Amino acid sequence: MKIEKPETRALIREDKDIRKVERRLFLKQSLSLGALTLLTGCDVTDIGAVQSITAAMSKWNDKVQAAIFSQSRLAPEYTEADITKPFPFNAYYRRDRVPYVDGATYRLELSGLIQDTRPWTLDQLHALPQRSQITRHVCVEGWSAIGKWGGVVFGDFLRRVGADIRARYVGFKCADNYYSSIDMATALHPQTIIALTYADQTLPPEYGFPMKLRIPTKLGFKNPKHIMAMFVTNDYPGGYWEDKGYNWFSGS
Amino acid sequence: MTTTDMSETKPPPAKFKPVHPRLVRYWHWINAFAILLMVGSGWRIYNASPIFKGFRFPNDWTIGAWLGGALQIHFAAMWLFVINGLVYLIYGVVSGHFRRAFLPLDPREFLRDFALALRGKLPHHIGSYNAVQRLFYIGVILAIVGVFVSGLAVWKPVQFQTLAALMGGYEGARIVHFLMMSAIVAFVLVHLTLVALVPKTLWPMLWGRARGEDEEGGQS
Ligand code: HEM
Repeated sequence: MKIEKPETRALIREDKDIRKVERRLFLKQSLSLGALTLLTGCDVTDIGAVQSITAAMSKWNDKVQAAIFSQSRLAPEYTEADITKPFPFNAYYRRDRVPYVDGATYRLELSGLIQDTRPWTLDQLHALPQRSQITRHVCVEGWSAIGKWGGVVFGDFLRRVGADIRARYVGFKCADNYYSSIDMATALHPQTIIALTYADQTLPPEYGFPMKLRIPTKLGFKNPKHIMAMFVTNDYPGGYWEDKGYNWFSGS
Repeated sequence: MTTTDMSETKPPPAKFKPVHPRLVRYWHWINAFAILLMVGSGWRIYNASPIFKGFRFPNDWTIGAWLGGALQIHFAAMWLFVINGLVYLIYGVVSGHFRRAFLPLDPREFLRDFALALRGKLPHHIGSYNAVQRLFYIGVILAIVGVFVSGLAVWKPVQFQTLAALMGGYEGARIVHFLMMSAIVAFVLVHLTLVALVPKTLWPMLWGRARGEDEEGGQS
């Protein structure tokens, strides 16, 4: 009998879990279409039509939101007294699956349309000018919570590394296999920050150590945590939830 | 040809005047469909994070199958709902339809009709609304405006923050949005009951004329 190394087994199990989740999502999606069929009496081909209508409308809504978005309109900022305690933990996995990232060996990787793609250590990031904000995090599920994040203004960072700020997207890859991407206009918004702290303390693992992107003008799932790599591109990079059907722009 | 010429020849067939203007009928049925999609998907979205802890809508009554699917339907159907609603509002004000159909609003008349309605003795004349109907229709139109305005604030609490602030910010706007939805659903329940009690009103809302009214009147 072949003996697998424990890590491989864990990996395989994880892979199975993900497949299970995906199967479940697929099943759910077909069920939803089943419900619509009952309602409208459409046949199978029309079901594809329903999906292509909602997908096209989602793209249209991306455009509308980009038009509504203003780089100078700031998200309301709150006082220390308004902070939600405890700030909720939220991810696509349970709290005991939060990834472990070693801060000492951590290097932020840069790629794509960026001139200086040398990786960044945490110390180098902490040495840049820091800014903090107390803003409302609005989740796609509907709940909201106020928190305090501190770090580097993302637009300043992008300019410092010579990113092509006329490009369309900035994409992120995370230690928990999460990924997402945002429009350049939002990336350059003055309140979009690389968050290195939460409540004036080093960002704890459940809130995204070593860094998360804090974007108070977007829904929570557009604020990726545990960022390991970022890239600037003109090719639509999608995202973990976006690829499953959440609206891509998801501005607030 | 002038009007005088016309009157000298055979009189033209009396122009068919529908009970409900064509635009009102189209608005009404598109709106009913849009409301079904908005409420059905909205309940699913609500269930992802209930405002009132412990209260959820049965998933079988919702549309979209999961949060992402419900959001897609909600944000697609909202365009149908809003554009259709705006056309109706503008038409209603500009053409005088609202004034003719919903006014005057007299509280005494309302109380009288309401008492009659409770005793099941409210006569219904096709083509004119009684005082209870008038108030309910104005009420639901206001609720539709309210659900739209609060929906904007929930959708974009930063970009439309002044609007959101009027409702106490994002969380307040969520509650207003829920209450407006509840008002609309309550209206629909009463509305459907009344249509079931006085089914002869359904035909004119569908085809513009009362059932059995002859076709001689010509096409609308
Ligand atoms: C399938 C569901 C529905 C049915 C069968 C129905 C039926 C009717 C009927 C028969 C009338 C005419 C009443 C009369 O002449 O006395 C009417 C008018 C009206 N209904 Fe509905 N209705 C439905 C859904 C809705 C919904 C969802 C709304 C809004 C939330 C709505 C709002 C109205 C309004 C505002 C009027 C007055 C329209 C005008 O004259 O401008 N209805 N409905």
